[in-house]
Amino acid sequence: MPDMVIEIGAPVAAPLAPAGSHRAAVRTALLRLRGPALGLLTIALALLAWDLLTTYRVSFHIRFLNVPTPASVLASASHAFSDPDFSYNLLISCRRIGTGFLAATALGVPLGLTMGRWRLLRDALLPLFEIVRPIPAIAWVPMSIMLWPSNEESIVFITFLGSFFPILLNTLMGMGQVDPVLVRAARCLGAKEVSIFREVLLPAVLPQVFTGLAVGMGVAWVSLIAAEMIAGQFGIGYFTWEAYSLVQYPDIVLGMVCIGALGLGSSALIRLVGWLVMPWGRLAGGRPK
Amino acid sequence: MNSASPRGRIDVAGFGLRFGQTTAVSDISLHVKPGEFVSLIGPSGCGKSTVLNAVAGFLTPTAGRVLVDSEPVRGPSADRGMVFQQYSLFPWKTVRENVEFGLKMQGMGKSERLATARTLLSVAGLHAFENHYPEQLSGGMKQRVGIVRALATGPRVLLLDEPFGALDAQTRMIMQELLLDLWEGLKISVLFVTHDIDEAIFLSDRIYVVTAAPGRIKAELTVPLPRPRAAGMSETADFHHLRGRLLELIREESLRAMGNEVAAQSGRRAGLDLADAIGAARL
Ligand SMILES: Nc1ncnc2c1ncn2[C@@H]1O[C@H](COP(=O)(O)OP(=O)(O)OP(=O)(O)O)[C@@H](O)[C@H]1O
Ligand SMILES: [Mg+2]
Repeated sequence: MPDMVIEIGAPVAAPLAPAGSHRAAVRTALLRLRGPALGLLTIALALLAWDLLTTYRVSFHIRFLNVPTPASVLASASHAFSDPDFSYNLLISCRRIGTGFLAATALGVPLGLTMGRWRLLRDALLPLFEIVRPIPAIAWVPMSIMLWPSNEESIVFITFLGSFFPILLNTLMGMGQVDPVLVRAARCLGAKEVSIFREVLLPAVLPQVFTGLAVGMGVAWVSLIAAEMIAGQFGIGYFTWEAYSLVQYPDIVLGMVCIGALGLGSSALIRLVGWLVMPWGRLAGGRPK
Repeated sequence: MNSASPRGRIDVAGFGLRFGQTTAVSDISLHVKPGEFVSLIGPSGCGKSTVLNAVAGFLTPTAGRVLVDSEPVRGPSADRGMVFQQYSLFPWKTVRENVEFGLKMQGMGKSERLATARTLLSVAGLHAFENHYPEQLSGGMKQRVGIVRALATGPRVLLLDEPFGALDAQTRMIMQELLLDLWEGLKISVLFVTHDIDEAIFLSDRIYVVTAAPGRIKAELTVPLPRPRAAGMSETADFHHLRGRLLELIREESLRAMGNEVAAQSGRRAGLDLADAIGAARL
């Protein structure tokens, strides 16, 4: 999952070294590097294991017979990136994610805000959402194909569904945590309902909105890839599944790596936007986390 | 209304408020004359905040009337500024943006807003902090910004609900002096809720003592100290006399709030029994 970032090892605080203590400075520098170095080492070991297992075609219940070697994946990558069809597949997937995710945001955030503010709307809609929500977006694939006139629309719809609920529910949950005294203060200062939404409620729930966006983006990718594999024409999920059907095994791994990279990139983008729009939230650290 | 006449008169007449079954306030009548500084003091839970919230327009009376300048209060308005006990600055706005908020709601232009906010902030000694976020301020500074923000729109009435309750004694004193300076400069009416007797005397023209819940007015006292007030006045005979009377009135009500009149007589006895019990347990 692209939204699960596990921090390995807390940053090591620099011990207070006396001025000019060269050895202490070197020690601190080494300690700082220890974390990243360990991480790189593990990655290198995993690559090495992959290489050995596939080069020697190991088979012990799990079979590496047909798994491509790192070198063959690299070769197919260099070929694919000069192939316009491959770029088109990436582009299509990004477009689908973009459309579905933006639609989910455009609908989920305002709906979460209004449902949080007006009890009547919440009482009316929440039970329905609670029933629909546990159905995974992938389970909607056949229904979606029936509902929408084109394949393209049905895939975007699946992506939308996947991200809609996390965004809506996180926004709604954030609304429950807004300090009511802030709303009262705003009203005392002459704020009317629209201003209360824009100036108080929206900024107050932004942290939870961005949590929802990060989770929603992860689910959107899961849903998109599954939908493309089942119902797709074009797209990186479709490419990956096609590679299996056409016995072009290196392309499977290439597709997987691309999906991972896109997921990572899109959640980094969300964190960056969050960092930019919430300057008050970065007083202590001063860096996106 | 004649525009030349002073504004900011508060009239609360026979005000009562029930939350479902519980009666928070049963029958409160009080008034604040234009430009007057009036405090409300009483035991915890007696309904002081309820009165203030009704004047602010957050609560509709279930009995009686709440009038500001002879008009019944219908919902909150920038005419009545409020400072809350909890810090209520918008965490996502800088100090200056917080102060500008009310002006923005009035539709004032950006540059005019900026100039007004800057002037107010420097009067309150906060100009160096205009670009800080509330999280970066001490409690006293936050409350200072809260007061400036409430005053920025030029309200007729300022309502303060135990604004300095969370501050240390030193900061409290400074804040009280600042509040008096602002009040004297702006000539607006102030209704101030506190449970600190010295604070009420030091600040007020008049003090209302509220009974234990459900609240009623128990006493109304005029503070005979001259203006401007100075810190040394707490050593005067007038101050001592008033403090003694208030202490007595509030003690009665606080004991009533904790139990009933019987507790007032047996409180000391119970304390001694407890001391005996602890002594016995030690043996
Ligand atoms: N929303 C509410 N629902 C039910 N009861 C309430 C509500 N708000 C206040 N009360 C009750 O009304 C009474 C008066 O409350 P209020 O907050 O006005 O007291 P207070 O004098 O301001 O107390 P404190 O000094 O602790 O701030 C209390 O007994 C309280 O429990
Ligand atoms: Mg209160």
